[in-house]
Amino acid sequence: MSVTSSTHRTAEEIGRTARGPRPVPELGEQRAAADLSHVDTVLANGLRVLAVRKATVPLVEVRLWIPFAGDDELHPATAEVLAETLLTGTAKRDRVAIDTELALIGGEIGVGVDPERLSISGNALASGLPTLLDVFADTLTGASYVDTEVARESERLVERLAVARTQPRTIAREALQKHRYGSHPATREVPHAEDIVKVTPEGVRALHTASVLPRGATMVIVGDIDPDKVIGDLERVLGGWAGDGSAKVLAPLPELAGGDVLFVPRPGAVQSQIRLSAQTVPRTDPRYAALQVTNFVFGGYFSSRLVENIREDKGYTYGAHSGFEFTGSSAVVNVDADTASDVTAAALLETRYEFGRLGLVPPTESEVESARQYAIGSLVTSTASQTGLAGQLTALASTGLGFDWVAAHPERLAAVTVDDVAQAALDFFAPGRFTGVVVGDAELLGPKLTALGGVTVGEPS
Amino acid sequence: MAAPDLTRYTLDNGLRVVLAPDPTAPVVGVSVHYDVGFRSEPEGRTGFAHLFEHLMFQGSESLEKLAHFRYVQSSGGTFNGSTHPDYTDYFEVLPAAALERALFLEADRMRAPKLTAENLANQIDVVKEEIRLNVLNRPYGGFPWILLPPVLYKTFPNAHNGYGDFTDLEQASLEDCAAFFDTYYAPANAVVTVAGDFTVDRARELIERHFGDVPARPKPPRPSFAEPLPAGELRGEHLDPHAPLPALAVGYRMPDPINDLDGYLANLVLGGVLGDGDGARLQQRLVHREPLVTDLGAGAGLFGPFEARDPDVFTITAIHTPEVEPDRILGALDEELEKLAAAPPDEQELARVTARWAAGLHSEHDRLVSRTLAFGSFELLYDDPALVATLADRIAAVTSDDVVAAAKALRPDSRAVLVVKPEQEGK
Repeated sequence: MSVTSSTHRTAEEIGRTARGPRPVPELGEQRAAADLSHVDTVLANGLRVLAVRKATVPLVEVRLWIPFAGDDELHPATAEVLAETLLTGTAKRDRVAIDTELALIGGEIGVGVDPERLSISGNALASGLPTLLDVFADTLTGASYVDTEVARESERLVERLAVARTQPRTIAREALQKHRYGSHPATREVPHAEDIVKVTPEGVRALHTASVLPRGATMVIVGDIDPDKVIGDLERVLGGWAGDGSAKVLAPLPELAGGDVLFVPRPGAVQSQIRLSAQTVPRTDPRYAALQVTNFVFGGYFSSRLVENIREDKGYTYGAHSGFEFTGSSAVVNVDADTASDVTAAALLETRYEFGRLGLVPPTESEVESARQYAIGSLVTSTASQTGLAGQLTALASTGLGFDWVAAHPERLAAVTVDDVAQAALDFFAPGRFTGVVVGDAELLGPKLTALGGVTVGEPS
Repeated sequence: MAAPDLTRYTLDNGLRVVLAPDPTAPVVGVSVHYDVGFRSEPEGRTGFAHLFEHLMFQGSESLEKLAHFRYVQSSGGTFNGSTHPDYTDYFEVLPAAALERALFLEADRMRAPKLTAENLANQIDVVKEEIRLNVLNRPYGGFPWILLPPVLYKTFPNAHNGYGDFTDLEQASLEDCAAFFDTYYAPANAVVTVAGDFTVDRARELIERHFGDVPARPKPPRPSFAEPLPAGELRGEHLDPHAPLPALAVGYRMPDPINDLDGYLANLVLGGVLGDGDGARLQQRLVHREPLVTDLGAGAGLFGPFEARDPDVFTITAIHTPEVEPDRILGALDEELEKLAAAPPDEQELARVTARWAAGLHSEHDRLVSRTLAFGSFELLYDDPALVATLADRIAAVTSDDVVAAAKALRPDSRAVLVVKPEQEGK
């Protein structure tokens, strides 16, 4: 190449030195993470609050999760409009005033909704916590959903949904949800544009009154704070946030049964999405730690059997991944890969082979040890930042767990044996336990997938 | 931000070292930045810098293929690498007990990476899948980072696609890899950074032990990528086979990020005044008041600020409905920029932006991976990792006049306008 130096070594010369290969250093002594002072309590209005002092930087993270299920036909659309307009005004502040007050404390608040919950996440300079909590309280108790804001945000939502529905991952997720769970409310993750236009400001206000409730919800606060003082502040600031009954919990998902993979045609796709799924157990199950290690060995991290096979050996995919999805008190494992059309069937074959192999040629001592260390280490590194810890705690809190679970989990992982992993592989990763979808170009994929077997062609019912 | 406790020095082979101890959590971050990015790729080899980044994970003299990943992850750590316009970085975050192992892994591939034809072929396939995933098979793929530069710039280094064309990627040879490594991956062209839970003495000893005998090679001359400002408004159009709505990107050249840092920071503040939050000027007018666009963004850099030398780009991007002509959006944008001169941002409007920057910088500092990478890239680009800690104050010192001047420099007669049209309009 022209810009490189005129003389250089060959690739072979570059790859060796006179001294030869060197031994990889052993690991040193690991210090435990410092204990963090924390409070886990329930306010008078029924809101559970988990407050942790982590003063690494002068910031604070606030995450609020409110169970937010609904059976109504228009619920997903109304909930989405509510999420988009929650911060567009109250009796005290309009949209711009809310943004300005937050900006002046270096803060922001984001709102999201899915079939299970409404999530409101905020952060700010720690000195701005009183303002941040005041904005939370003001919107929770007094969001006004004025007609013009609801109209404009609905319009934008229709436009954004059009964009979302062209994303291959959204298309594949929707197909998987319908194929797994039929018409269960959990499948209605992305509302339809024709429903959004039916949403009225009255409907949004009614949903707020009926469902934005503290009882059964969880707030996590992590940062440069005094946990005890924060609890007192919250009792005062959020005292006016009340309501009848408890926040609405999503109906339990049906147990997933294995079955044919559904092939969903997407004409002209240059890449296909493989999405497979099987029932597992949640974090509260005594087998969870072993299951977690087993999943890492299968496809949960880069040094896994699946990634080493279909990416590093065969080059079928940029990323293959296997991970848990927790809904209420249930859990499934999802296995994902995006692959070029001409190798999709082969990638599905290899994935099924690895499912079988995991049970029949169970993980070795060294595979288990590697996955165990990764599980422990990644928990330590991911909870080293305020945002990481807040995210971890928020996920745990939805199943009633808390800070103590994080602290004790390394011990549970340390106790997992090779036999536990072999058992979990047989119990949870057997090929027949999986169902799923493949989305891709029918002309290129159809004949090969049909020949492979265990694949049905069609649109999800 | 409190001044970090930094130690900087250079090994005999020219390798620069930045140490940033901080014992608040028992974890360490290790990174190596090489002073070569996709702007240095030769013609006919688009995407090569990124492809080569992939190859650096494929083994070295002491480590078989896959061993790098296995050692990092079985130590409880995570890893990655990324290719930028002007540099390429590699990094690990691990429990502190694995510090020496991480340094060993980085040193082994700096000294003697195993570049083989088989791994090259495999990683060409993987990179093609990465491009299908991130560009070809999704709406707005490569918008605007791949699509805007060829409209704004004339010279190959600035204008070409850093992900690469498939035909170029397929042409890459082992010979190219050897030449690229020997030229650009010299220790004198790199920075190693360690941040987190360790002592300086111990880290110095380990770095000397593992990197000390990486043979010195000359530091390659760094070419200038400078080119003149656009002499008019440049227009480009792209048909997107997946996008449901049209999109627009406007690119302006901005002050030299390195040699005119304060001018550059004024542009960052301007980006906030225009685009950050519901109270920002363009958000208020274009998204809510008129409204002309669905979503809007304004800011510096193809991937964000502080990651390129001159020339760098200030971008405004928007997604909008087909009923709105791009010229209406451009007209409103130009009006708002002119209004800035007549009604400059007041103290509160500036405070909005600077407080969010301060919080954002703290948050970045709290995540070990971004803290490590920031010290490394600021050493590489600015020769001053401590600058990271002073950014919030320097941003807070930007005046209303500075922002007005920055706005005036965003001239309609010297910019690039990229129009993205849905290929299947109406579907």
